Amino acid sequence: MSIFINSDSKVLVQGMTGSEGRKHTQRMLASGTQIVGGVTPGKGGQSVDFTGKDGSPVAIPVFSSVGEAREATGADVTVIFVPAKFTKGAVVEAIEAETPLVVVITEGVPVHDTAEFYALAAASGKTQLVGPNCPGLISPGKANVGIIPADITGPGRIGLVSKSGTLTYQMMYELRDIGFSSAVGIGGDPVIGTTHIDALQAFQDDPETDVIVMIGEIGGDAEERAAKFIEANVTKPVVGYVAGFTAPEGKTMGHAGAIVSGSAGTAQAKKDALEAAGVKVGKTPSETANLAREIVKSL
Amino acid sequence: MDLFEYQARDLFAAHGVPVLDGRVATTPQEALAAAEAMGGGTVVVKAQVKTGGRGKAGGVKLAHSPAETAEKAGEILGMDIKGHTVHQVMIAQGAKIDEEFYFSVLLDRSNRTYLAMCSVEGGMEIEQLAVERPEALARIPVDALTGIDAAKADEIVKAAGFAPELQAKVADVIVKLWGVFVAEDATLVEVNPLVRTESGDIVALDGKVTLDENAEFRHPAHSELVDAAAADPLEAKAKSLNLNYVKLDGEVGIIGNGAGLVMSTLDVVAYAGEKHGGTKPANFLDIGGGASAQVMANGLDVILNDAQVKSVFVNVFGGITACDEVAKGIVSALGILGDEATKPLVVRLDGNNVEEGRAILAEANHPLVTVVDTMDGAADKAAELANTGA
Repeated sequence: MSIFINSDSKVLVQGMTGSEGRKHTQRMLASGTQIVGGVTPGKGGQSVDFTGKDGSPVAIPVFSSVGEAREATGADVTVIFVPAKFTKGAVVEAIEAETPLVVVITEGVPVHDTAEFYALAAASGKTQLVGPNCPGLISPGKANVGIIPADITGPGRIGLVSKSGTLTYQMMYELRDIGFSSAVGIGGDPVIGTTHIDALQAFQDDPETDVIVMIGEIGGDAEERAAKFIEANVTKPVVGYVAGFTAPEGKTMGHAGAIVSGSAGTAQAKKDALEAAGVKVGKTPSETANLAREIVKSL
Repeated sequence: MDLFEYQARDLFAAHGVPVLDGRVATTPQEALAAAEAMGGGTVVVKAQVKTGGRGKAGGVKLAHSPAETAEKAGEILGMDIKGHTVHQVMIAQGAKIDEEFYFSVLLDRSNRTYLAMCSVEGGMEIEQLAVERPEALARIPVDALTGIDAAKADEIVKAAGFAPELQAKVADVIVKLWGVFVAEDATLVEVNPLVRTESGDIVALDGKVTLDENAEFRHPAHSELVDAAAADPLEAKAKSLNLNYVKLDGEVGIIGNGAGLVMSTLDVVAYAGEKHGGTKPANFLDIGGGASAQVMANGLDVILNDAQVKSVFVNVFGGITACDEVAKGIVSALGILGDEATKPLVVRLDGNNVEEGRAILAEANHPLVTVVDTMDGAADKAAELANTGA
């Protein structure tokens, strides 16, 4: 098992005909993901040539709408690479087509747009959103949806959920000797679809995950909420890391959501909350990885 | 982006929210002219700073004539309010106020929607009211799909406890303020105080607005609201180079890829600095996924221009970008900078094609570059070099 995506996942790429979409479609295919179609309005009926996992050429069909593509291919996941100004339209289309999992890689999406499509997804009750402004998710050896490099490490017993893309890669690299059931990059925007809590619940329920690593950063109260959730609902060991102890108040640290305002959202408050919930929190990514490694070895 | 009060006032006016006449001035002479143009009656001279508590600090003064307006403006201009120097004042028309209220609408991250807050007890610091008398502050969630229509505004004014005869008037202003929030892609619209004047009008007397920078592509006019005078010169330079840079107060320059990894790098350097004379990170700089030679050169250029910087830590994880590309970028950036590169560089590369990347740096054998294999080890080395000033 794994969470959210597996080897049966059939994936659409919205924006596959653009340069980023094309580049990452090739990477996802190379790691064995079932990419069944691309969606670009007005380009339905075309196809794009790629190289499959075994090195043979594959032509991926392009559809003009998510609805059409879902009907023709049975896709249950879509990953969105379209520019920020078109993202809301693309996500709304995917939600209206009742796509079960919608992964939004695009960064720089206005938060009013995200609030709107999040509300729409929540109201539909049929779509789980991941992102926006996230690296996507990977279940090593099974499927890779987004931009997480598939060659960092392979399948294993650790589940990872992170607000940050590069810290996801860093942590996967540090623990490459153990491997991961799934790694989920939820993104660092003020409003996101899938949260730490959603991923924690899924890892708790996943029989192939033994240890959970959770990476947070300054801003908001998602980590504090996750800590409460862990205390009440998670019996598997959780190791945490929080970035941004040195971030000053009122300065946005790269991610739109990474800002300390007043006494809220500080790294120290998040670390304290996690530790109070029994989570071991590392001071650096390496120390965090070592904490997780020790737990895996002791099992 | 936070706006000045006068900018918020102008946006309010553009969207039909009732405001009083107000003009911005940067000198006592301009203040005098503004007061004369406004009829020469009583005005309020208000410091324009992006922080609260300006009234207590003496940044708001009443003036009864144009001459007094100039005098008060002269007192307020140049004043320091919580670390913010006053460069502008707003000359606002005086008004007889009968009652002060509070209204705001903001992004509610935790609930992934919007939140309206409203109280019939305005004027004071709302954080204080929220703590001392939470029952006096109505908090009404706002659905992102339906927003604040007449019915929602009615719900808000009733929850806040407005007198029946005021409800319709206040609700009308609230719907207009929601219009500002949506049309301008704001994450905060706050009016404190919203007042009832002696003549019975509901007027937004002070406004705080925060705009979403991600939405700039649909608001070309927002770029004119940027306070260029306040920007740190290095931050301004970085922005012109499209770099995500924040100046901090420290000695170890930081370059990395990815916001999370860079934030983490700052922390790791600060820990390492505890053992090396308390050296601290000098900046946040995320060069993003691409990390081409030119981007690396631009980043190094900004950091090396920070006189406080004594050493530089380049911390890159090769995910999408391979480490050999990053290493080539560093070597070529040092080539581009030539003699301008004078401070020691500690480089840590990990991830995709790391061996090839390290080999490229070893071959270049640049006298300023030290390669360290781990993030913690490299942070320690960079802090040490910053402390010894080597």
